[in-house]
Amino acid sequence: MTTTQDYRNQIENQWCPGCPNYGILTALERALVALGRAPHEVCLVSGIGQAAKLPHYLRCHAWNGLHGRAIPAAIGIHVANPALATIVTSGDGDLYGEGGNHLLHAFRRNPDITVIVHDNRIYALTKGQASPTTPRGEPTRLQFDGVEIDPAQMLATAVVHGCTFVARGFAGDLEGLSTLLARAIAHRGLSFVDVIQPCITWGKHPLAWYRERVVPVPAGHDAADRSAALGLALDSPDRFPVGVLYETAEKPVFAESYRARVGDGPLARLPRMERAAIEARLAAFVVNKD
Amino acid sequence: MDEQSVFIAGAAGEGIQTIGDVVARAFLAHGYPVFAVQEYESRIRGGNSSHRLRVASAPANAPRRDADVLLALNPEARDHYAPDLRAGGTLVASEAADERTIVVPFHDLAVEHGGSGLYANAVAAGALAAVLGLPIEIVVRTLTTAVARHGEAAVAGNASSAEAGFEAARTALGGRAPKPLPARENVYTFVSAHDVIPLAAAAAGCRFMSAYPMSPSTGIITAFARDPKLGVFVEQAEDEIAAIEMALGASAAGARAMTATSGGGFALMVESLSLAGMIETPIVVVLGQRPGPATGLPTRTAQEDLLFAIHAGHGETPRLVFAPADPQDAIQKTIRAFDLADRYQIPAIVLSDQFLADSRFSLPALSLPSEIPDAYLADPGTIDGEYRRYALTEDGVSPRLYLGQAENLVYLDSDEHTEEGHITEDVRVVRPSMVEKRLEKGRRLRGEIAPPSRNRDEDAETILLGWGSTKGAIDEAVVRLRGAGRRVGALHFTELWPLPEIAWRDDVDYWTVEGNATGQLARLLGSDGDLRIEGRIGRYDGLPLDATTIVEALA
Repeated sequence: MTTTQDYRNQIENQWCPGCPNYGILTALERALVALGRAPHEVCLVSGIGQAAKLPHYLRCHAWNGLHGRAIPAAIGIHVANPALATIVTSGDGDLYGEGGNHLLHAFRRNPDITVIVHDNRIYALTKGQASPTTPRGEPTRLQFDGVEIDPAQMLATAVVHGCTFVARGFAGDLEGLSTLLARAIAHRGLSFVDVIQPCITWGKHPLAWYRERVVPVPAGHDAADRSAALGLALDSPDRFPVGVLYETAEKPVFAESYRARVGDGPLARLPRMERAAIEARLAAFVVNKD
Repeated sequence: MDEQSVFIAGAAGEGIQTIGDVVARAFLAHGYPVFAVQEYESRIRGGNSSHRLRVASAPANAPRRDADVLLALNPEARDHYAPDLRAGGTLVASEAADERTIVVPFHDLAVEHGGSGLYANAVAAGALAAVLGLPIEIVVRTLTTAVARHGEAAVAGNASSAEAGFEAARTALGGRAPKPLPARENVYTFVSAHDVIPLAAAAAGCRFMSAYPMSPSTGIITAFARDPKLGVFVEQAEDEIAAIEMALGASAAGARAMTATSGGGFALMVESLSLAGMIETPIVVVLGQRPGPATGLPTRTAQEDLLFAIHAGHGETPRLVFAPADPQDAIQKTIRAFDLADRYQIPAIVLSDQFLADSRFSLPALSLPSEIPDAYLADPGTIDGEYRRYALTEDGVSPRLYLGQAENLVYLDSDEHTEEGHITEDVRVVRPSMVEKRLEKGRRLRGEIAPPSRNRDEDAETILLGWGSTKGAIDEAVVRLRGAGRRVGALHFTELWPLPEIAWRDDVDYWTVEGNATGQLARLLGSDGDLRIEGRIGRYDGLPLDATTIVEALA
């Protein structure tokens, strides 16, 4: 049986002591254990940034690639080896800024992967510039007089673009977050979880400020109701409903039709195209005398 | 027969492709080889385009700059291409330009004999048959095969229209009408390089293709999509960055993967090429060149991206750059690109261009290489202890497992990394050893590279140096210059990076011949050896290099 020990390695963690990223790491580890996934059945995929270092701190397969490009790489990985639970874990700057276009189209594609965004509303590794989710008016180490553009509304964008699992999590709630991540990973199709992860070095508000403003998704919320989900996704800038905002199983999963043709399993194990079949196609270019 | 260069000219959407296809296939069915190249504007309707056929007794797989016969579907096309018609050549058009014009009212004859103006293309094909000495029965048979699926009325309309065009042209030719060409037994494969690259990739075991549409590379992903039985997963990505990243992800998870693009899209892929080098993950990129800079001439041809392909990417890491010369060579190079990309865990770039994409060659039967090796994946059973994806080895190549292949965990990291694949800032030992590891692969790779092909260079006083798609034009120029008493030979590069070692001679004049203005091969060879280049011949107007341009430059 898989335990949390199986996911531990000896890699030195480079995060600031006390960073809520540790909460996401622990919650993810617990979720994977709760799902009974062994480390070799999991592939973490990230871009660049402090959050994107997470794959190094969990013992499983990992791709720590380029800034902003985790999602297309994860899609390729998942298509080639669907047995892996492919989980993108990266920051808001990486996934909403540099790689925003990929996220938008991932919502449309609905690949069976999980996207966990460590949303700290700031560029931490480059020392405190605005991220796509920094609120308007907030001063930063580059936008000295305050950010002059609106923050990205990616949860709402996810709902609008047909993402099949949309959730908000809070890094300060280990129990709630691990349950939420387990649901996200188990969901068939794209699961998108924006996790509030206050930056304790560059952020404007401490963890306690967010704790006071995090509320559970209302008890009667119907996760199949897109309009209601959109309302919760937008909500007010000082109130954060946490939980599953939207979920549906009624959309084909990316690459399903291809898989129906070639069968399951890693593409590496499929037999190569028969030589004679290729030769027949080459021979079709001969112009015969008919 | 005397060689014939035929330009079929008209507006986009007017049918020059159909007419060229029918006439080319009819000649091939009659036993005569045809080389066909299209040049067109970046638009869907209107403008000036031409489909150029070169028909001869023996294959002449290179473009001709001038036309012996110009068939113009409209007056603008006639005026646009008239300067290309050689003195004494034949103009075929709906209306007379001078007393020598072969007047064939394409549209009116189609209405009269076929019952619809839609058959004007058949009239034109019939007229060309008369001018070129091609028996009309062959054209009718070819047309019938082509339109059979549209029903009997279409077959009959096409046939009677083609015959009417043939008769009208014969009448107009009068005493100039050629004798019918005898049928020959010769059989040819009529094919473009981009027709075969997808098939070669599938033969090599490619299972994943993601690309963003961009001329002249779009045909490659389209061919996979049209033929689902090839078993290749096809995805149109949101941009070229996503295209190469998806393919790299798939490759890391065990699929042989590729992408295809042109200059601008390739520019977007550059960071990911560097990534492929760093994470040592194989990928094949077809770069179909077109003239730049920026958007350039989207539907024309060039060889402007040689140095870009070799150098595209930050940092220092080995890669492979091939440039096939023709469709048969494209098969070999594509399969070799997959093989060497896998063996050395590197990116491999196959340089083609619009000319190769849109030209159909007449060739002997195509063949696959006798051996197509499998991907060089490690056997997890042979791995002792913790798996190290970047284990240091003598040749720099680490045993490769794919993501999820076994219980051994695979870490791929774009940061400088340890043998295990984890971030490191150990600048004393790990960083230098990882740089050396990657570069050692490049040194070994250089030993795999084939030298340039040789054409009558032994006794040559002048040697032409070319690469990629210009081989046909250069070889033709060698024949013509030899015929004029010049001792000319050629060396032709289709494997360009790592650069093969060459013993340069000091008793010959070397001239480079390239489809660019600055002499990229000249710069590449000059920067890596003690070669002195006597002269550079370049064509950079967007049209393919032809033998006449070379012969004139050496006059």
